[in-house]
Amino acid sequence: MEKYEKLTGIAAPMPLVNIDTDMIIPKVFLKSIARTGFGKNLFDEMRFNRDGTEIPDFVLNKPQYRDASILIAGDNFGCGSSREHAPWAIADFGIKCIISTSFADIFFNNSFKNGILPIVMPQEVVDVLMQDAEKGANARMTVDLESQIVTTSDGEEFSFEVDAFKKHCLLNGLDDIGLTYQKIDAIDAFEAEQAAKAPWL
Amino acid sequence: MSAPKTLYDKIWDAHVAHEAEDGTCLLYIDRHLVHEVTSAQAFEGLRIAGRKVRAPHKTIAVPDHNVPTTLDRADPATMTEESRIQVNALDTNAKEFGVHYYPVSDVRQGIVHIVGPEQGWTLPGMTVVCGDSHTATHGAFGALAHGIGTSEVEHVLATQTLIQKKSKNMKVEITGKLKPGVTAKDITLAVIGETGTAGGTGYVIEYCGEAIRDLSMEGRMTVCNMAIEGGARAGLIAPDETTFAYCKGRPNAPKGADWDAALENWKTLYTDEGAEFDLVVTLKGEDIQPVVTWGTSPEDVLPITATVPSADDFEGGKVAAAQRSLDYMGLTPGQKLTDIAIDTVFIGSCTNGRIEDLRAAAEILKGKKIKDGLRAMVVPGSGLVRAQAEEEGLADIFKDAGFEWRMAGCSMCLAMNPDQLAEHERCASTSNRNFEGRQGYKGRTHLVSPAMAAAAAITGKLTDVRTLT
Repeated sequence: MEKYEKLTGIAAPMPLVNIDTDMIIPKVFLKSIARTGFGKNLFDEMRFNRDGTEIPDFVLNKPQYRDASILIAGDNFGCGSSREHAPWAIADFGIKCIISTSFADIFFNNSFKNGILPIVMPQEVVDVLMQDAEKGANARMTVDLESQIVTTSDGEEFSFEVDAFKKHCLLNGLDDIGLTYQKIDAIDAFEAEQAAKAPWL
Repeated sequence: MSAPKTLYDKIWDAHVAHEAEDGTCLLYIDRHLVHEVTSAQAFEGLRIAGRKVRAPHKTIAVPDHNVPTTLDRADPATMTEESRIQVNALDTNAKEFGVHYYPVSDVRQGIVHIVGPEQGWTLPGMTVVCGDSHTATHGAFGALAHGIGTSEVEHVLATQTLIQKKSKNMKVEITGKLKPGVTAKDITLAVIGETGTAGGTGYVIEYCGEAIRDLSMEGRMTVCNMAIEGGARAGLIAPDETTFAYCKGRPNAPKGADWDAALENWKTLYTDEGAEFDLVVTLKGEDIQPVVTWGTSPEDVLPITATVPSADDFEGGKVAAAQRSLDYMGLTPGQKLTDIAIDTVFIGSCTNGRIEDLRAAAEILKGKKIKDGLRAMVVPGSGLVRAQAEEEGLADIFKDAGFEWRMAGCSMCLAMNPDQLAEHERCASTSNRNFEGRQGYKGRTHLVSPAMAAAAAITGKLTDVRTLT
């Protein structure tokens, strides 16, 4: 995975609450056995008519947001299906940070594994960021994972919390499996003990 | 004496293989269930890195999401090229990596969350994961079970562990007895109606109380299945005699001395008196009514006797969402829910595709016909559920009533295969998600119990099952 760099870019506003992973990537696109190429179908049913033409009102179809790299979203973003195709589609489109008041648990974990930083902020901060995003392409926001600060286009700063281990992995582009293999002795020991104590497992 | 623990605390503590200073843990996984849609990229990752499946004997694969449920599905022409590639990939991966496998041609094939318990792979006190959010189902056995993404599937395949931090404890208590016509599905929807779809975020829920104790294993699986729709990482129900009786004799359940040792261990799996929960929600069983969803979120739950709400009834971000739902669903505020005409009925899914669900629906349908012009299908949760339903005469009741009697799979619950709603087609469905487009592009879903689905099939409208019995 690539190292997560300081990000300055356009933020797109999506105030809708409960945006689910079926909306993010409808199941008809889940038949691929690759990890890439899902970006063209990101938010497919909201973004395109059935004939493939764009729905002009949809935020990512508006000229000022076509190159967005940050999403400001309503509550409970990413609820529903566990499909990692959702963060794959988001990352493939070029979005690297999502800010909301809350995220669904599985989506939240999946994001970190794909170079996407999900940031939880209180409602009043999300409201400010949403307004800033609504200014369009000239309003560029900055997300600095290292210092844990989001800066609006007006220079207003908001700090955010992030799990220290997840931050470390993102910043250094670390592979989880590689890290876990370093603790393989602990797993071996656990497995041996469990086999003795609970042979039915 | 050690501090009192919740059931979740006990299972968690028994599975921590490593804990870092910041509380990040490697949680050991006892059972890993695998299906075709979220695993291909994980197996490919292993292959590229030259890694093996650490514990193939603890890994169980079954295709379910994408397989046809038509009777002629043995014919490869019933699948699109890309679906075939995906199912074939699971076939190849299962063989190459040596994991347990139930192919489409095996009578034991079915929805992964139905096959696991049926085959005795799911047992009390275990940790169970699967690349599917409805893994929560297995919590009905007092197993810590939750959905994971494909990167985590690869991580579990390679290391048999998951990088996790502990969730908070939430107790959902359903006191007293349920009224006639009220089922496990109504309980779980009523809870989500109460807590909202994000109410459980950050928590593992333990369901308890008399109404939960009174449920069969099938009912408990229905309740835990939808814990994820309430945002929780997992749902749990402490194992008891009902659980042990269900597990005993299953093909992969322990036998002989192992069974006795397991049972002794399982009997310690309960929340200690005095253990603290971070959040407690209590519902009275007798207050729960047969419910339906009116909108496009599982939290949009109302008793069947209610009327369609207006966006003004909500606050904050939910106002716009409710209006969007009303537009999408084609409903008018003030309309009686029982006046909503439906086009389709779907009975099946990991929520309600077990034998007891089919019995409940057949009970209502016995000797009756579905409304003229209605499309109705039953998709049993597994080949064994299907066979049992045929043996009990349930299949004949469905067929005589005008239902299609299908092969096992996820089918119209997620509509990845050809079992889909047409645009604006309205469905009373026993599945778990009423999201926009979930059952087909611009399709409209009302979530209900199997009995309520059967009642709707007879009248052609959303119907209070209590008025039919």
